[in-house]
Amino acid sequence: METFLGIELATWWYLVVGAAFTGYVILDGFDLGVGLIHLFFKKEESRRISLNAIGPVWDGNEVWLVIGGGALFAGFPEVYATLFSAFYIPFMLFLVMIIFRAVSIEFRSKEPMLWWRKMWDTAFAISSGLIAFLLGVVLGNVLLGFEIDANGNFTGSWLDFLNPYAILVGITTVAMFMMHGSLYLVMKTRDRMYAKLSIISKNTTIFFVISYLILTVYTLIYIPHLTDNFTNNPALFVLPLLAILLVANITRQVAKRKFMGAFISSALSMAILLILVAIELFPVILLSTTNPEYSLTAFNASASEKTLEIMLTIAAIAIPLVGFYTGFVFWTFRGKTVVDKDSY
Amino acid sequence: MIRNSTNAPTMDVEILSRIQFAFTVAFHYIYPPLSIGLGLILVIMEGMYLKTRNPIYEAMTRFWIKIFALIFGIGVATGIVMEFEFGTNWATYSRYVGDIFGSALAAEGLFAFALESGFLGVLLFGWRRVKPWVHFVSTIGVALGSMFSAVWIVVANSWQQTPAGYHIVGEGMDARAEITDFWAMVFNPSSVDRLTHVIIGAFLAGAFLVISVNAYYILKKRHLEIAKPAFKIALSVAIVTSLAQLMSGHSSAEGVAENQPAKLAAFEGMYEEKAVGDLYLVGWVNEETQEVTGIKIPGMLSFLTHGDWETEMPGLNAFPRDEIPTQVNAVFQLYHLMVAIGMTLIGLGLLGAFLWWRGKLFDYPLVLKLFMWAVLLPQIANQIGWFSAEMGRQPWVVYGLLRTSDALSATVTANQVLFSLILFTAVYSLLFALFVYLLNKKIQHGPESLEELDHGSRQREIAQKIAS
Repeated sequence: METFLGIELATWWYLVVGAAFTGYVILDGFDLGVGLIHLFFKKEESRRISLNAIGPVWDGNEVWLVIGGGALFAGFPEVYATLFSAFYIPFMLFLVMIIFRAVSIEFRSKEPMLWWRKMWDTAFAISSGLIAFLLGVVLGNVLLGFEIDANGNFTGSWLDFLNPYAILVGITTVAMFMMHGSLYLVMKTRDRMYAKLSIISKNTTIFFVISYLILTVYTLIYIPHLTDNFTNNPALFVLPLLAILLVANITRQVAKRKFMGAFISSALSMAILLILVAIELFPVILLSTTNPEYSLTAFNASASEKTLEIMLTIAAIAIPLVGFYTGFVFWTFRGKTVVDKDSY
Repeated sequence: MIRNSTNAPTMDVEILSRIQFAFTVAFHYIYPPLSIGLGLILVIMEGMYLKTRNPIYEAMTRFWIKIFALIFGIGVATGIVMEFEFGTNWATYSRYVGDIFGSALAAEGLFAFALESGFLGVLLFGWRRVKPWVHFVSTIGVALGSMFSAVWIVVANSWQQTPAGYHIVGEGMDARAEITDFWAMVFNPSSVDRLTHVIIGAFLAGAFLVISVNAYYILKKRHLEIAKPAFKIALSVAIVTSLAQLMSGHSSAEGVAENQPAKLAAFEGMYEEKAVGDLYLVGWVNEETQEVTGIKIPGMLSFLTHGDWETEMPGLNAFPRDEIPTQVNAVFQLYHLMVAIGMTLIGLGLLGAFLWWRGKLFDYPLVLKLFMWAVLLPQIANQIGWFSAEMGRQPWVVYGLLRTSDALSATVTANQVLFSLILFTAVYSLLFALFVYLLNKKIQHGPESLEELDHGSRQREIAQKIAS
């Protein structure tokens, strides 16, 4: 098998896919979080500020979902095919919610009527919430594994996906995005909105910490296969420790009203939690509960070496470019959000 | 064979999945061509503004950026649906072509989509935050991004039409196409022709939208100082691109004759195993009797594709029955209507050019009305052009390699697809109604008047003075 720096190409691509989804969760996570919490504000002005805080960036953030999906398709076509066809109903709902989220941002301020704006505000909140929840449910089921036959086809029913563990991951994801979104928004606001958001970010952080703790305990007790990679390689235990420290740091920074620091810690803890997921699973991507031998791994489900080589080259060229102009856009719109005539 | 509810007949799944894909992709395809076309026109408008500093160009650029954003927003949301559907509905296809198709799709996300979405924020909200030239560079970025997007998608689709640069590994259910030569895959025999055709089609869609809206303003005597120059910019694009489309279409048809002869035979309803190719202007294919009734130019098809009136070409009967498209008349009609619209667009472009030259471009209300309604023509042509290309490729999803009926998701049932199809129909109907409503509203509101702009720029000057 071909390697780069001593690591197989498929493993590299596993990291790229992981990085793309991590980028998506960190970036779109705060957009979705803003969607989830903006109904706490009753005043028109505050709602518009919430919307315009993410206005110039949410579209670019969503691109990471497209990149992640494309990267999965290109590098692990078998995984892409199995995962997407298995989660047919959840993904269809997800797509509809992605559409509603986009149009509610786009259409909300186009009409002055109160009912119109209330309707889209509600649609924005519900779609953001369901997107977050469904992402969590899919992740939860990927962690648990599901019925996959020898041909890589899902043989269960989609109702299997609504199990307690997956729902718990779903709720934790919602909580995490609410926290992340409120930490983003608090940096973008001032005066009374800022004051109110300091309280909201405290509450959402508490919500997240509680659900995260329950989830961790549940995982350790009931899902032993997820800890195998750690027990086999004790050095890796530094990562869960780091995760706990980062989460603790969010609460510390929030208490000290250092929201920039809290937001960065929040983003880093999202990254580290997904790294934990990646390590827990690796090299398996989709675990078959029918027979572990039917599981799809980074090695048996990957594209050809040639494709991986091409894709890694493309990623090496494109990702710094994307990073550069993402940075440029964020820099352009730095500072507190102001609503003017060009705004949403 | 016993069928239970979870194992519905695959025929239903196939038909429903095809309807769903056709519906969602056709709906999506209302928007990207407009983004691509408007992208080009925005670059021209803003370029004119930077060059002349004439506020009328700023007003039209600002106005069309807002329309662009509305179109782009729906295009993105409905585009993500497409990316998911390959996996949800066509899992076997995804496994088969993932090595190739997936790379093109990933490249689209990285090179095109990120560029477009990233800079759109600057276009919309950055007027007062960045220098004019930075804004202009962002506009170019968005326009290029939308075109790159077409590049990768058309490359992927062209590979399905004319596979190249691959080999097949494994057999039966395990068979997969794998890349052997990336550049041969990218530049497969039909990529360049089809990409040119698609991009020009998109330029036409954008140009005729701008023409239409401004024709409306001129008819209503609104925003005249902005509408007239904007009309001329878009008309210039339309004149050049409608003629270029004729050449591109010709080159594309030559490619089809060489690479997908069965498809070309279906375009012209030609059944005989070997005959001189006639070109129909209009006609009706009787699939039972295998005859076409209509007006034809004998030998013209042979002449156009081979440069000789006498060359014999293979008809549909030269191919095995199960390797040719079944809906020949539909393919014939769609293809011929597309060509007819292309010719009409050239006619409109030339009419505009003539009147412009005579200095009477805006003198005839009837002509302006014609231009106002012509916005529908490129849209229809783009849609039915794709329909004839994709239906003409049947029964293959990857030409000669993988049948559409073999490409489905094994786990997905007819009921599930029916559910999602109903869902998309409802959501897209609502979306389309909202789109038309808001587009109309923006058009009725029109570009900002020069006084408003002047006021805005004065505020900006004051703000800059206070800041410094």
